Amino acid sequence: MKHTSSKLAIALACLCSTVSMQPIAQAEEQTEQAPHVSINTDPYPSTYTPISGKPTVIINVTILDGVGSRIENGMVYFADGKIVAVGETVDYSNDAVVIDGKGKWVTPGIIDNHSHLGVYPTPSVGSTSDGNEMTSPVTPGVWAEHSVWPQDPGFGRALAGGVTSLQILPGSANLFGGRSVVLKNVPSRTMQDMKFPDAPYGMKMACGENPKRVYGKKGGPMTRMGNVKGYRQAWSDAQNYMREWEKYEADYEAGKNPKAPKRNLDLETMAGVLNGDIRVHMHCYRADEMTVMMDMMKEFDYQIAAFHHAVEGYKIADKLAENNVCASMWADWWGFKLEAYDGIRENIPVVHAANACAIVHSDDELGIQRLNQEAAKAWSDGKRAGIDISMEEAWQWLSANPAKSLGIFDKTGSLEAGKNADLVLWTGNPFSTYTKAEQVFVDGGKAYELGNPDSWPLSDFEVGQVGEGDVK
Amino acid sequence: MKRLLSLAIATALSSTVMSTSVLAENIAIVGGKVITQTKQGTLESGTVLIKDGAIEKVSSGTNVPSGYTKVDASGKVVTPGFVGALTSLGLVEVASWAGEVDSSASSTKVSTTGAALDVTYAINPDSTLIDVSRIEGVTSAATTIANTDLMFHGQGAVIGLDDDADILKDKAFMVVNMDGASADSHGGSRAVLWVTLEALIDEVASTKKIPSLTSGWDGMNARADIKALKGVLEGDIPLFIEADRAADIRQVLAFKKRHPDISIVLLHGVEAWRVADQLAKANIPVILDPQLNLPGNFEQLGATLHNAERLEKAGVKVAIGMETHNIRLAAQHAGNAVANGLSYEGGIASLTSVPAMILGVDNQVGSLAPGKRADVVIWSGDPLEVTEAAEQVYIEGEAIDMSSRQTKLRDRYMALKDVSASKTSHYVKPQ
Repeated sequence: MKHTSSKLAIALACLCSTVSMQPIAQAEEQTEQAPHVSINTDPYPSTYTPISGKPTVIINVTILDGVGSRIENGMVYFADGKIVAVGETVDYSNDAVVIDGKGKWVTPGIIDNHSHLGVYPTPSVGSTSDGNEMTSPVTPGVWAEHSVWPQDPGFGRALAGGVTSLQILPGSANLFGGRSVVLKNVPSRTMQDMKFPDAPYGMKMACGENPKRVYGKKGGPMTRMGNVKGYRQAWSDAQNYMREWEKYEADYEAGKNPKAPKRNLDLETMAGVLNGDIRVHMHCYRADEMTVMMDMMKEFDYQIAAFHHAVEGYKIADKLAENNVCASMWADWWGFKLEAYDGIRENIPVVHAANACAIVHSDDELGIQRLNQEAAKAWSDGKRAGIDISMEEAWQWLSANPAKSLGIFDKTGSLEAGKNADLVLWTGNPFSTYTKAEQVFVDGGKAYELGNPDSWPLSDFEVGQVGEGDVK
Repeated sequence: MKRLLSLAIATALSSTVMSTSVLAENIAIVGGKVITQTKQGTLESGTVLIKDGAIEKVSSGTNVPSGYTKVDASGKVVTPGFVGALTSLGLVEVASWAGEVDSSASSTKVSTTGAALDVTYAINPDSTLIDVSRIEGVTSAATTIANTDLMFHGQGAVIGLDDDADILKDKAFMVVNMDGASADSHGGSRAVLWVTLEALIDEVASTKKIPSLTSGWDGMNARADIKALKGVLEGDIPLFIEADRAADIRQVLAFKKRHPDISIVLLHGVEAWRVADQLAKANIPVILDPQLNLPGNFEQLGATLHNAERLEKAGVKVAIGMETHNIRLAAQHAGNAVANGLSYEGGIASLTSVPAMILGVDNQVGSLAPGKRADVVIWSGDPLEVTEAAEQVYIEGEAIDMSSRQTKLRDRYMALKDVSASKTSHYVKPQ
């Protein structure tokens, strides 16, 4: 289902001026117009600057380009932060740094579209527990980026695992958990310094057990049907909110002097979804529930970018494909709660084989360090079950598909000329337990090198503590 | 239900593993790379003879005496079945919000300190976790209460993952948590926690005769706890002490000095590498998760992927495998430890002979030695490699049905895709 913003096109979509909100109450009959009220949609802008890099060519290397091709003994050349050329042989500048990739593999950087690094960081203590605004089931107005602690040591560990970009999501306690943020995984002092330039925002939603468990005795919802009522009422409120702004814009346009609607930060995020600017990432395990959610998305005319966890994705892989909804999955987590009881090892390959968009995600500060192994498990489990997917095709689960789900595939997620030079040189075949990321490049700058301890990220938290500077 | 399958087993055997009759008592697994975990070491091409449910003999080469059903394992790897070092298998189906979970327990008058709790009453052989785990090569496991505010987590057992979940050893070990979280629930400080542990043990030591039910008793331990703790004090039941911080592990070492008769295993041990030499000297093995490399709290600041490697180098025995639903992933965890410096032999041992030794069942499982229970796994390749898998598992010499609720769900839904196969089910309507 393609979203069409025209149907509910409203002010918010085009209110990109830098004028901050200045509501001035004035009588409508007054002929003179008050200043136009518009809303800054980017008040915490990215200040990301890439690590400076040198033009670099990796030669004699096995390449998985991330979009289905594999080149043995190939070359990848990148300069000025961009992939310049990928092929068996490519032209490169004389001053390029040459890395001999003999016996090694190169892939696009891994993109994890489900992480809580920074919002549920280590140390994992009450003081740092900033991922779930469990005060109301509907809190789309909170933004994960306002909780992200850039000193979470987990970012550096994930980098050592080849993760170059990641989406930080609020938790799944709430029906609407808040906005997500997409980050570049480079050590930084501030969230803004990590913020992926021009990446769309996401909005977290959650199905099933969590909301009803958290709110069942706190005013509800206490059932799955209560969950759905909660979503639908909120969507309806968002539609109403959009109409108020539409009216304001139309009246202002007509030369009247309307009073701007009162801003509602919850509804503002939801309106962003309805007009197509913000992407829905929905925690949902069960096949039947995911199907209800896809009906709801049609009812309110928005698009779900991805179901997250989707432990029963294999039961409705066809419907995921039909509805153009990705499924972001673990290789083998199961059974920790009833809605995860039907997990199977072949979930990811089955979803992929149905031509749906399959993604390997972590939702975990340890899993994010070896997502290549998660993909390898799913790949081999599929193979043993008769689903023969090549490694080069399977790598889409780690880079291209998550990039698509985040709306950044035009910038990263594959080794194609013009894309950001986000890539990993592996010590060997990344579909192996024993392989490690040897060098990790983000926008062409070397962010991590296995053999160079000076490049190992050290968060402020670890400075002066036991283990400072140790190999992790 | 699992017993229905004597015929199905034949079809469940991987196509690459030949078998003429799986019902034969005597089996010869021929030609595989055999990792014995005995002084025979690893045989590049060996033969494992199984008779009456036990390992009869392991030898180099492919000669098989008559009377054995041959199973071709050439190109494969053969290992002892893996021993789950610390799980709650058989005690939990779904951990959260889905009915009773026997791996959680709270205080009662009968057991005030938890020592008396006995998991053997609670083990459910029909748990789906058992099939899910065993088809991936885990053939036995330590199982224990995991969630409790009680000081001791009861008497754990070692079970076989056969159809009956045979108890290989009851009263096999007792977990006590001596980390910060435990201090928090026992007086709010380690200064209370350790004094509590010493006082409880002192009470047992100074109670020569377990008080009868009709006599008065107002001890800290309930009567039943006293009885259970006697086994710990006498060294029959090893105490698995959970601690991460180096300072806490030093307290464990000091405890061992004060109580030399108590057999001690360090559990979790995130900073164990920092006191590796002392642990080796005190002959204290460690059960750990080698993936932990983040400062999850202020007790784990020294966390590193090289924990297992450094412990091994110092001479400490390391076991890997602390999970329940996914104890099958212990092999991946061990593989990652090997990727970070643990020897390959140490990686395999951490899943087999070491946990068997720690749990006191090394006379039954954990190695391919004559007389041991024939828990054997034929792997497609290196078992520590994430892309390899168990192709056939034998428990007590029987080729198990290599299916689980998960594989059945998989097959049910994969059949949906192929309508022509007309393999419909009663409940799932084909498209």
